[in-house]
Amino acid sequence: MHELSITEHLLEDCIRNAEENHASRIRVIHLCIGQLRGIVPDCIQIYLDMLSEGTIAEGAQIKAEFPPVRVLCRDCGKEGEITPHHLQCPHCGSLRLKLLSGKEFYIKSMEVD
Amino acid sequence: MEIKVLHQIMDWNEDVSGEVKETLSAHQICMINVMGSPGAGKTSLITSLIARLRDDFRVGVIEGDIAGQVDAERIAGLGIPTVQLNTDGACHIEAMSIQNILPELPLDDLDVIFVENIGNLVCPAEFRIGESLRITILSIPEGDDKIEKYPLMFTDTDCLVLNKYDMMPYFDFDEPRVCANYDTVNPEAPLFRVSSRTGDGLSELADFIAENIRKAKL
Repeated sequence: MHELSITEHLLEDCIRNAEENHASRIRVIHLCIGQLRGIVPDCIQIYLDMLSEGTIAEGAQIKAEFPPVRVLCRDCGKEGEITPHHLQCPHCGSLRLKLLSGKEFYIKSMEVD
Repeated sequence: MEIKVLHQIMDWNEDVSGEVKETLSAHQICMINVMGSPGAGKTSLITSLIARLRDDFRVGVIEGDIAGQVDAERIAGLGIPTVQLNTDGACHIEAMSIQNILPELPLDDLDVIFVENIGNLVCPAEFRIGESLRITILSIPEGDDKIEKYPLMFTDTDCLVLNKYDMMPYFDFDEPRVCANYDTVNPEAPLFRVSSRTGDGLSELADFIAENIRKAKL
């Protein structure tokens, strides 16, 4: 439920951005959410539906993409992709990894009229 | 029409977190964000640490709770400046709440502030609050799968405390699994094995915290 305050600010950012671009309606908001974060797009959608009533974002749809967690193996030196539930080098199975990405959380783009 | 945005969504909180950090640094205060599940032993650990640190440092506490002030009364009973931060149902503390409540503490007379965050392994991890040190507590009865289930809480902490370590013989807690996962997601950060009840391991943790309080004085 931490998505509520996040959505309040997300909505402000989107409306400001849309107005700067002289848009009259926000149709789709594309988010990028790293797999290490605990952010649920369905929750954002529910809060957005509530909060956006009467604004140019009313009816806007949240579409999220989840870029993979990228790691550098501290044993075999190769880069690879993992999921948070299998914290293992995909090449050699080592547990000694360095996280390269997976904590992203940003508005990528919007579809507007 | 599609417009590119590329806007970091958490900036609003990060900005205020930076302001809180500046205020604290002007007062040379180290603020410690204590996070963990309900029942992990956050209040007990803070209480035990206060006993170890209060001879050398001036300690204050911000007690975050969804409602009520049971924990704040427990800490205030030790004669420590304590303020209660009720989130009215919210699952985490945000930097703005800390910024608003800080003036209620005697900042000129403190070296360290413990913030007891809301008991929860998901939400508090997403919000920086201007802290200089993050402590994540995982107690043995909670189980050994928490790093895989709640990665951000463990990747973004400065140390992990395995609390209730004296309970180890009674639970099937796979300690090597936790250590390996923690080393994977957070290789630089230390791990402490502690029992607030018996006092085992507390002095190592208190030393680590004391070192960080001194760093804030530099």
